[in-house]
Amino acid sequence: MRALIHKNNMQEKDLLREVEELSGQNLYACYQCGKCTAGCPLAFSMDILPHTIIRLMQLGQLEPVLSSNTPWHCAACLTCSSRCPKGVDLARVMEALRALLIRAGYAPIQVFRLPAELAAQLPQQAAVSALRKHSG
Amino acid sequence: MKLLYYPGCTLRTVAQTFDLSAKAVAAALDIELVELTDFTCCGGLFPQTTDNLMSLLAPARVLVHAQRTDPAQRLMTLCTFCYNTLKRTHYTLAQDAQKRAIVSEYLEEPYRAEVRVVHLLEVLRDDIGYEAISQKIAANGAVQALQGARVAPYYGCLLLRPSDEIGMDDPEQPTILEDLLHTLGCTVVDFPWKTECCGSFLSVSKPELARQCSQTIVQRATQLGAEMLVTTCPLCSYNIAYMGPNHTAMTVAYFTQLLGLALGLDQDQLGLRTDALHQQMTSQWKGGAI
Ligand code: SF4
Ligand code: SF4
Repeated sequence: MRALIHKNNMQEKDLLREVEELSGQNLYACYQCGKCTAGCPLAFSMDILPHTIIRLMQLGQLEPVLSSNTPWHCAACLTCSSRCPKGVDLARVMEALRALLIRAGYAPIQVFRLPAELAAQLPQQAAVSALRKHSG
Repeated sequence: MKLLYYPGCTLRTVAQTFDLSAKAVAAALDIELVELTDFTCCGGLFPQTTDNLMSLLAPARVLVHAQRTDPAQRLMTLCTFCYNTLKRTHYTLAQDAQKRAIVSEYLEEPYRAEVRVVHLLEVLRDDIGYEAISQKIAANGAVQALQGARVAPYYGCLLLRPSDEIGMDDPEQPTILEDLLHTLGCTVVDFPWKTECCGSFLSVSKPELARQCSQTIVQRATQLGAEMLVTTCPLCSYNIAYMGPNHTAMTVAYFTQLLGLALGLDQDQLGLRTDALHQQMTSQWKGGAI
């Protein structure tokens, strides 16, 4: 996401501060135990694992984090947040990353055309929530 | 006992069976539900960024609606998303006077942060009590209705988390649903995947991922010998029934439907005849009582 960094004329450290502010989390509290990743039901599909997302940010490497599919595969299930021994609310960090990207004009939502049979039964809560998670 | 009731959008559309069965159960247990008139959307999911006050307006509007309707009563919800969003919004606005003041500017009246959001599961445990439910079941002569049904309790992700804000039960080892199911006479399967996420709203944005999450849950429940997954959320039910293996190979029921059966209520009242899923439940079920 070099484009994002350039577009907003921001340094990586500014973006990092923004993630901390938006999430209300101290990224440096994480001691890399990996419990978040161990419990994450979507970890199998993520190109960067949840604990690695934090580690990269600790090292100031925002670019791979912002280009990763991880924030978009996160289901906001709060498993990581409820298990972190250091009290890091990683679900909020994922939300902050999504918000940062959406607010910079990067909007990856793809609304799938579900088969009619599935669409007819789809709970409204799913549609409302998916749109919320993709609108910052 | 009187409670305000907020059904939310999904219970009025694809999850009418949840709404119907909850109302029937409430009536049988002498709970008077006063439904909010002309209610609006809760917003689906709680906004987790610190500055996103706009997304707090929808849930805050529902809370103010409850406050205006009857401030003395608690607000009962059923859908996990409504419950989670309303309770977290209340928590946030109660903790943060500044946010509350800003949000209140946009509402019909200021939010006083006094609405107590509860889930029917909590009402059953804390107000009615399992003992009283047992007695009611025995009195209705329907004690055998669920005997031997092998059920797996399924909480999903947001019913219990974050536990410091929600406070219903232990987020890792909850028992509230098991305790109720035991009371109904079910054989409850010890189900380690009970708080695993079903894939949630990814069924819209990344359906293949929701499919994998739900498949794991259904397969594990099957391996453990469960005949039925008992849920508390329309989206869990949807993902499990439609995203899981073979579409509906696993019977899915809301806890309110099982409670209604145990109480000997009419199947029509519980939505058991109108919903395809639950028709399957009646035909597959070895217990044969329905
Ligand atoms: S569980 Fe917490 S401390 Fe452990 S790696 Fe994840 S964020 Fe870091
Ligand atoms: S909130 Fe997101 S990152 Fe955390 S466990 Fe759930 S899916 Fe994984």
